[in-house]
Order: sequence, then structure tokens, then C-alpha cells
Amino acid sequence: MLSDKDRIFTNLYGLHDWRLKGARARGDWDGTAAILARGRDAIIAEVKASGLRGRGGAGFPTGVKWSFMPKTSDGRPHYLVVNADESEPGTCKDRDILRHDPHKLIEGCLIASFAMGAHVAYIYVRGEFYNEAQRLEAAIAEAYEAGLIGRNACGSGWDFDLYVHRGAGAYICGEETGLLESLEGKKGMPRLKPPFPAAVGLYGCPTTVNNVESIAVVPTILRRGAAWFSSLGRPNNTGTKIFCISGHVNKPCNVEEELGIPLRELIERYAGGVRGGWDNLLAVIPGGSSVPLIPREICDTVLMDFDSLREVKSGLGTAAVIVMDKSTDLIRAIARLSRFYKHESCGQCTPCREGTGWLMRMMDRFVVGDAEVEEIDALEDVSRLIEGHTICALGDAAAWPVQGLVRHFRPLLEERIAQYKRAAMPRAAE
Amino acid sequence: MPKVTIDGTVVEVPAGSSVLQACELAGKEIPRFCYHDRLSVAGNCRMCLVEVEKNPKPVASCAFPVADGMVVWTDSPMVRRGRRGALEFLLINHPLDCPICDQGGECDLQDESMAYGLDRSRFREQKRAVRDKYFGPLIKTVMTRCIHCTRCIRFAQEIAGVPELGATGRGENMEVTNYIERMLTSELSGNIIDLCPVGALTSKPYAFVARSWELVKTDSIDVLDAVGCNIRIDSRGPEVLRIVPRLHEDVNEEWLGDKSRFALDGLRRRRLDRPWVKRGGKLEEASWQEAFTAIADRLGRLNGARIGAVAGDLADAESMLALKHLMQQLGSNNLDCRQLGEKFDASRRDFYLFNTTIAGIEDADALLLIGTNPRREAPVLNARIRKRWLAGNFPVAAIGEPAELTYAVEWLGNSPQVLAQLLAEAHPFLKRLQAAERPMLILGQGALARADGAAMLAAAWELARKAGLLRPEWHGFNVLHAAAARVGALDLGFLPGEGGKSLDAMLDDGVDALWLLGADEFPIERIGPRTFVIYQGHHGDRGASRADVILPGAAYTEKHGTYVNTEGRVQRGALAVYPPGDAREDWKILRAFSAVMGKPLPYDDLESLRAKLEAENPIFGRIDECPRRGCADLSGPKGDAQALTDAPFVSPISDYYRTDPISRASPTMALCQEALRANMPIAAE
Amino acid sequence: MNEDVRTGFEAFQPETFAFDEQSEAEIEKILRKYPPGRQASAVLPLLYLVQNQMARQTGSGWVPRAAMDVVAKRLEMPPIRVYEVATFYTMFQLRPVGRFHLQVCTTTPCWLRGSDKVVAACKQEAGIRGFGETSADGLFTLSEVECLGACVNAPVLQINNDLYEDLDAERTIALLQAFRRGEPPPPGSTIGRIGSAPEGGPMTLISEIEPPPAPGAE
Repeated sequence: MLSDKDRIFTNLYGLHDWRLKGARARGDWDGTAAILARGRDAIIAEVKASGLRGRGGAGFPTGVKWSFMPKTSDGRPHYLVVNADESEPGTCKDRDILRHDPHKLIEGCLIASFAMGAHVAYIYVRGEFYNEAQRLEAAIAEAYEAGLIGRNACGSGWDFDLYVHRGAGAYICGEETGLLESLEGKKGMPRLKPPFPAAVGLYGCPTTVNNVESIAVVPTILRRGAAWFSSLGRPNNTGTKIFCISGHVNKPCNVEEELGIPLRELIERYAGGVRGGWDNLLAVIPGGSSVPLIPREICDTVLMDFDSLREVKSGLGTAAVIVMDKSTDLIRAIARLSRFYKHESCGQCTPCREGTGWLMRMMDRFVVGDAEVEEIDALEDVSRLIEGHTICALGDAAAWPVQGLVRHFRPLLEERIAQYKRAAMPRAAE
Repeated sequence: MPKVTIDGTVVEVPAGSSVLQACELAGKEIPRFCYHDRLSVAGNCRMCLVEVEKNPKPVASCAFPVADGMVVWTDSPMVRRGRRGALEFLLINHPLDCPICDQGGECDLQDESMAYGLDRSRFREQKRAVRDKYFGPLIKTVMTRCIHCTRCIRFAQEIAGVPELGATGRGENMEVTNYIERMLTSELSGNIIDLCPVGALTSKPYAFVARSWELVKTDSIDVLDAVGCNIRIDSRGPEVLRIVPRLHEDVNEEWLGDKSRFALDGLRRRRLDRPWVKRGGKLEEASWQEAFTAIADRLGRLNGARIGAVAGDLADAESMLALKHLMQQLGSNNLDCRQLGEKFDASRRDFYLFNTTIAGIEDADALLLIGTNPRREAPVLNARIRKRWLAGNFPVAAIGEPAELTYAVEWLGNSPQVLAQLLAEAHPFLKRLQAAERPMLILGQGALARADGAAMLAAAWELARKAGLLRPEWHGFNVLHAAAARVGALDLGFLPGEGGKSLDAMLDDGVDALWLLGADEFPIERIGPRTFVIYQGHHGDRGASRADVILPGAAYTEKHGTYVNTEGRVQRGALAVYPPGDAREDWKILRAFSAVMGKPLPYDDLESLRAKLEAENPIFGRIDECPRRGCADLSGPKGDAQALTDAPFVSPISDYYRTDPISRASPTMALCQEALRANMPIAAE
Repeated sequence: MNEDVRTGFEAFQPETFAFDEQSEAEIEKILRKYPPGRQASAVLPLLYLVQNQMARQTGSGWVPRAAMDVVAKRLEMPPIRVYEVATFYTMFQLRPVGRFHLQVCTTTPCWLRGSDKVVAACKQEAGIRGFGETSADGLFTLSEVECLGACVNAPVLQINNDLYEDLDAERTIALLQAFRRGEPPPPGSTIGRIGSAPEGGPMTLISEIEPPPAPGAE
């Protein structure tokens, strides 16, 4: 169990002052100039050594991502763009950072931008986080006022401007190139890759897009050292992580814990356990809506980290744990996610535009059982025709929940169909 | 150059190619809906998927760059499954209305369904219905059929330079639309019909007219401007039903202007389909014999010096030569083709040609427009200028009436005095021209068709000389014509001969008889009251209204004819349908009349007439040859460069949709004009 | 053209729109965020300004088509690009809405914790039959929205810019009544939870806060 002294987000719940004064008291902005003075290569090396993997869902090593940026500018400016478009169902961790620990993010932006040669960074906050964006703006204003950012940030000699840009209701803008399109004033339609943002990103310039949590942990990693961070968690899955535990638990909450904590411990220790007890557990979506669900048997033992969850054909994603007890109509729960992906598909590429709607309509029929048993395979097949055939990962995300359902709960689907047929022909059977 | 292995075959491809292009070089056909080699890459249809070794997922070949040593499979199980999936997704919400779809028979989706489609559907849900959109009188929309490839959107934005189309909404509710439901304000809008891979965008005038397999297809040349766009005329029986562009990289690429595409319903209206003779002040139907006799009676009594001939804007070179020969036989030197009174100097071809060539625009690096609105006068050529402009580093300035040309233009002023300043080295744009390596200028008919036109021509040449537009390997002096017949007429000398009268001198009873070969654009009202007028042409337009005898000729779709475009490129149109009623091919009319006069012209068939044409000017034998030119002889055309007035420029074309007897007879073109007027309040906002 | 049903030309669309002084001042600040020539980046902020100004002036925060044209002109964008954006992002209302826009999240995490009851309570209290409707008194418009990013405080209801969390039917009704009375409560949990901490108080971060050791100290 992680002890409070090893928690990075010490104001996760907003019990303390979010302002600069409070943040400083919690250790933020301490020796930032000295960190910058270590130089770009040293900072990137330290972040690499920490083993930090992106906290936005894909889990790509942050330091490696930074090292893709050109070492020197070819005349084009470099940009850091922070992805605060937190919209993955089940996920609400970045919101806490924005509203309760904004200075960790701001300091992280300065350090990351410096390490990547960027003088400007944008934080793209989802539109619905209106109050959170206001708070972040206020914190940025404080940082400017205190000379921590702006010209000669922290007295480091590095000029750094930081801006907040609000989205306006589109999950797809959480996809990094959809986000860049949106930031450029267009529809959030993901770009074809290659080229990748590190070569051609915002305004055609080298750009790195990082999740809020990934950036906000960086100052602490640099202050306490890569060795400290990598001593937490498990190999290749190092550090701490904010977990969001929602659904059928007694006390839903966010909590920062070590990666690799057993799912059962996470739920029972922090979220008051499953409603009605562990035996009342039906399934868990362990990493935000996009990852396939895992049934109770797997939940008993699985560890909450990237590699462990991948082994059970799910994923850590954003570490948003959606708990469903036995009262749950699981088909409806997944059908609602299919509706979500259909609603959030940008419409650009064929498999996702047409396939998400198809999946949703099939799922809606499976909810009532109005289907043929053979259609379970068709459902699976359609999901696989979407997966891997689209411009961005939204297609995969739409496919996986459905695949998880079919993989683990095919009998449930079959039973619902049988029920429907029985109800439709009560007399005919006599 | 990177070497790529495609299905086991190694090909070398230019660096920067896409995998799709590499596959094509290797002779592999890659299905596609969104990809189009003249548009930006969208990568959205997912039909062009291929397998690239070491990639776990199939990749969209249109958007994937090649790398040396890449191994590509275009027909693996992974590829086939991906394409079948993409096609199935496209079809689930596509209506099965092929039997009533105008795209049927020439539909990419239909074709690919044969290759990758399933024989039954497993889609049990409701299909999507989408409200149709209004894009104006030319384009019919059936948006339920749209597969969201965005080609039309990209065409409007990129090629036409009129960003009025977009995709609103998102996901499966995304709709291609202009949102405000107004006519597209592009002269090139019809091309989105060709680009649309399905039947979402079809031709409104052609709706339910014919099936593609019923049509006879004739390759020909457009004559409704001077670009010489290559076209295909689709006909059934006696009627032209459709005109579409044909690929010619150096002329029109694969585009066509809306007038050239849609004015064809004008071919069926107001036609002169029998001879008419004026008797007692009234035109009466007549036989060919009666008409010829009436003309012969009059001309036989006249001195040749009192007879004149004017060649119109749509005339083919063959009939112009025949008319010239006829006039020579009658002893007349009074020939003219300059209906607007343009001041040409025909002593050298490069004084009146678009010397840079249309494709050459892409090599230019600075442009000055003088008295021209290329968007209205030659929309396809204008698209080439835009293409060059989009490539960057292409300053464009213009002297003339300000207009939206679809690229950034520095408007220097609407007065010839700006030209004078440039000549006097008192204008900064001169420096930009001089600094350029391949600068060009375009002189429009709005500059030449005016009292000081000769001065304009001389001044423009002088500027070209001064600013370095004329070099041994580069010819940056260009005249942009608006009439398809004009360059051919100049090439065969359809101009006043020794002591002959110009059109101006022939008017106001300057001659006693005037033979109009489809000439409708000069001030007809200035024909003197005593002048006997023979109108030979195909439409009852301005010229025919003043005629004493009407000889029904053939429209361009109804005859084999040679045309020389503004670049000096000789091209041949072909007969697609026969002229209506008693109308005949024009050179044959002239040949027949010469026999009535007792001196038959010395050719009995097209071949021998064309031999004469070549004898008149060898260029007529060089079909479709248009080499890049340089300029070795810097001496300029006649005219006093100092004699520029300060009268503002006026474009000879005020209404793009109605410029000639055919488009003026076209109800579709009239609708366009009306719809454009309805657009105005929005445009003014 | 009152029979015109084309999107953007409905009878309720005003003929014109102009930014007021307050919005103009904001525009200046917004445009400074983006590099020269990249002013199109300001399209979302400017559409928000439109919506806010409409709310200020008419009590209904929405984006008329005429305003999209104004935004296009200001940002030197083709109008269709603004139409595309305005119709892509769900937070722009393209028709008038009530003074209080009730946006209920019904995505799975909220649904698991009873968002159906929140929806029903909204309908009952506002007298609305379905999503997209506005109450007769013009106070409430009900919308279904996707995940609002407050899942550990589910179910949640966003009213204009504020999130109300940990709702049930009774508290939803009370909330709407408070809005109707003109006494909206502060946003956040309706059962007194502290942020995303578990009900009953945090289980972590309860020890004394000490600044972490300085670099090199470990």
C-alpha cells in the first residue's frame, strides 16, 4: 500500500489551498530553475529512466515520446499540447488535477516544454470542464504573476507561454491528432499518420501531446528522482496512478495508488467494496469504457497495471474502474457504450462511421433479445471489421467492449435471445 | 529512388510516392473511392487497404509513404478482408436504388461491389435516409447515396477555390452540404459530378435522360471558350445528351467549365434547321436552291469590293477557309474575325498566342494580368493559375476590374496608366517581375478590344521585353482569347486583305453585302440599312435576326472541324450527331454555293480541304502539337506604347453563362444566371 | 421566408448578429493566444462568446447562423468551415434553449448509479416529455449528454456550466426547484462529499502534509 508520503497528488480531493501559496507549501515550484538547469537531455533521460508510461490510455513511455522531438529547431517552433480532454467514460482523474493541483500541471508544462524546446504550450480542456478551466486559468495567471512562467520563466532564461484552450463537446478530440485539428479551429477529425505530431503537429510544427497526469507527475519525478518513481509499482509498470472507481461500489472515489495493486484490494480498501459484497460482483471494466470487461473470476486476482491487464485481454487504459454487480443488465451496460461510440465517432472513415452505428443497433436488439443466435458471431465479426481498419483508435475502442461481452458472456446473450423468442411465441409452444 | 516489392515484383518508385502510386507503377489496380490523384489525400474510405510487411494492421495505401525495401501485398487475405469490410460498411446505408440511379452503369461503388461485395446482406437495421441538398440548377443531389468520400468538398476547396462545401455534423449523421442551400458559385462546379464515385451528385439537366450504355461516345473539342477543352460528346440518335471532359494533361487536365458541360440543351433550341429568305421584308422558309439563288442574284451584281465577310466565335477553320476562298473568288478582300474590334498584330504568331502554354503556367513564378478576368473568360485555365498559386511563391498582380479570381491578387488599379507606370519603371511590381525567373503576363480581350488596343498590345510587349518575360527559352507574353475560332482565323488570315475593309468599315453600309459565318457578337445594329446580309449559322440569334438570307449550318457537335486554342494548339472536333433538318456542315454549304456561282471551290471532301488548310498555314497539319516557346526576336508588334488612354478596362464577358448563340439558347444557362442572382444577397453580407 | 425549414434559416433565426462590447473585449484577449495567421484557432472560443452573449441578451444561450457568419468573417474563414465546426461539437446549441440547460449524463457509469431516475425526475419537475424539449415556462431544456467526466460522483447533471453530483430523484427535483426559485445551490456533490473522495471522508492523504525531500536528499 502506497503511503501518503509517496503520493504525488497531495491535494487530490481539494482539501487544501489550490493556489500558488498552497501549492508551494506542498512542494510545487521548488527548485524548478535548478531542474531546468540540468538541461534538456538530462531531463528527458530522467523521465525515461523513471519508466513513466503515458497516463492517457495508450501507455506509451513518456520520455521516449519526448525524445522523438527534433533536437534542434529547423526554424519552426515546437509545441507541447496537454490533453485535458478527459472524456473516456469512467475517467475523472484529470479533473481533480485541474481543479485541485493545477500548479503541478503548470510546472510540468514548463519542464516538459523546456525539455522539448517548446516556448509555447496549450492545455486543451474539455468544454464541459468550465469551472476547472477557470481554475486553471487563475492558476496560470498566478504563475505568470510570480514569474514562474512567461519571459525568463523561474529565472531560467527560458521564455514560456502557456494557454488554455477549451473544447466543446467531442470525445474524439482526446485523440491526439483530433485534438490538434480542433485546436487549429477545425472539426476534431484525427489525422492520417504518418506524419506523426513530433514531425508535423500543431500548425505543421513539431508537437508532443501528453496527458494531464503524465505531465503533472513530471516535476515530482525530477525532484525525487527516477529511482524513487521506478521503485513504486512493478517493472515496466512503474510509479503511481490515479484510479477512478465508479459503478456498483459502496464508496466510489478517486485514489492514487501504486501501479500493480490488485484490483480486489483497490476496490475493497478504497471504495468500500462491491455493493453487496465481493461475491455480488459480476464484471469490471478496468480501464475506462474502451477496454474489454473482465468477469469476476479474473477480478479475483488481476493486478492493476498495463501488462497484467493486457495478459487477460483487457487493458489499463485510463485506470478507470467501472464496477458492475450482479444486478447489472450487462448487455444494456455495453449497449450504452456502443451508443456512446456511435455518438462520438467523428464520421471521417468508413468502418467507424458506419460500423459504430451498426454495432449500436445490433446491441440494442441484443438488449431485448430480438436477434438470432448466429448474429452473435456477426456482431463479433463486425466489431473485428472495424478494429484495426480505421484512421484512429476510436474504432478499436468501439469494438473492444463488444468483444469483451461476447468473449465472457456469450451464454447471457443466447439466453436473452431464447427469452425473447419464448415471450414472442407463448401460445405457439403449447 | 526507393525500391519496393509489390506482390513479389520489385519496382523503383520516386521518393515521396505513396504505396498506392507504387502499386499502380507495378501494374496493380487498387480500388479507391476517396483517393483522387488531383486532390489532397483524405484516406477516409479505407478501400485501398494493402498489407505492408511488419505492419500488424492493413494500411491505407493512398496515405502511406513508401520506404526503401518495403514489401507490399495487394491481394492477401488481410487485404481482401479489409476491403470487403469497408465495402460492406459503405453498402449497409447505401440505398439499393441502382435501377433508378443515374450513376448506374458508371458507378465505382457498383463496380467494386462486383469485386468485393457479398451476395447478401447481414444488415438487419433501418437504412439511413438523408435529406437532399440544393446546389443550384446544375447538380442534383441524392444524399442518401453519399458515401462521404469528401471528393466534392476537396474539389471545391482546392481546385475550384470556392470553399462552399463541407461536412456538417458527425459520425453517421455527417452530411455533405453547403448548409445555406445556394447555388455553388463556381464555374467548375459540374466537375464534382464526375468526381462523385456514386450517384449522390449527378447532373440535374441529365436526370433520368439516358443510361450510360445507350450512349454513343464521340471524342471532340469544346468551343465555348478558347481553351480548347477536350470533351466527350455522348449522344443517342439525333440528340446530344451529355458532354463530359476528356483527359488532356496539357489543356484541361480532366476538368470542364459548367457552360461547356451544360449549355448543350441550347443545341436543341432556336435552331436554324432550314434556309430562310426575306421576301417583302419578311423571312420565309425556303429551299437551299432558293436561298442560293437569292444570294447569287444579289452578289452577282456587286463589285467584290462591296462584299464583306465576318467569321464568328465558334467557326471551324475549315469553313473559315472556305469562306475566305469564296470571298477571294468574288473579288473581295473584306474579311474580318475581330468581332469586338480587337487590335491584333497577326504578323507574328507570338503576338497573339498564349505563348507560355497552359501547362507552362505551372512553371511560371510571377504573373501580371492585364484587362482580363480569366475566371470568367477561361475557367479551366484559371484553375491552372490557381493550381500554380497554391504551390506557393507565385505573386499575381492585375490591372483591370477587381474580381474574385480564387487566388490572391494584388490589384494595381483599373487604368492603363498603371501599365504606363510599369513601363516608366515607376511601379514596384516591375521589380517583382524582373526578379522572377519565369515571369508571365496575360493580356485579355478587355485590353485589346478597345480604342487604344494597339497601344495596349505594344505596351504589354514592351513591358514583357523590359521585365525579362521574353527569353530564348521562356516566352512570358500571353494573349488570352475568349473565342474558340479566333486564333484559327488569325492563323489562316481571316483579316482584311490588301486594301480590304475591317469589320468597322464594313458596318454602316460600308459594304453592300455581308456574309456572317456565325457572327453574332459585334454590334449588329450598326449594319447599314442597305446592306444585304447572309447569315450562315446554327442559331436564330442576333445575326440571324438581321439576315436577308439564312443558311442553316452545323453546331460544333454536328461537324468535323479544326480549332486552334489560345495557346495555338490545333485540335480537331468531331461530328457526334447530324445537323438538324436541312442544316449542313458549313464548309459544304460554302462549297455548294460556290458551284451555284459557277466557280466551285477546289475541294470535294474534308481531306482535300484540310490539305488546303495546311497549305495556307502549315500549323494546321500539326495536330495537338504545342511545344514550349522561347522568344528570340524581341521586336514588338505595331502600335504606339505611349498612346495609352486612361479609360478603365471592361471585361468582354459580363455573364459567364451566356456568351454565345448556344449558351444564350440554353434554358439551363438561364437558370444558372437566375440562381446566381438569388445568391447575391448572401454574397453581399 | 417563414416556411423555410432549412437548417440555419428556421423562423427563429435572427437576421443579424453583432458582438457587443463585452464580447469584443474578450475577442481581443482570445486572439492573442494564437500565432499570427492562425486566428482560425479562435473559432471555438468565439462560438462560445456568441452563445454567452445570446444567453446574456436573450436568456437563451445558443448560436444563430447569422452569428456563425460573423465569426467566419472575423476569423477570415469560409462560412462553411464555421458551420462544420458548430455542428460537430455538441456544446453549441443551434436552436434556442431554456434559461437552464439540463444536461444529464446517461453513459454507463452514470447509468449504473441511477441516471434513469435523474432523467425521469428532470422530466417530471420540468414538465418535459423527452430530450430536446423545453419546458413551457422556458426555464428548462433537457438534453442527454455523454460522459461528463465526473464518474466517481455519478450520477451527474450539468446545468449550464455547473456540475451537480451524487444525485438521486429527490435531490434532482429539489435542485430544479431551487433553480426555479432563483436560488441555485453551489455546484458539486449534493450529498456533501469532498470532491472525488469517498463518502464519509478521505481514506488517503490524511497524514500531515510535508513537502517532499529536496532533490539529492534521497
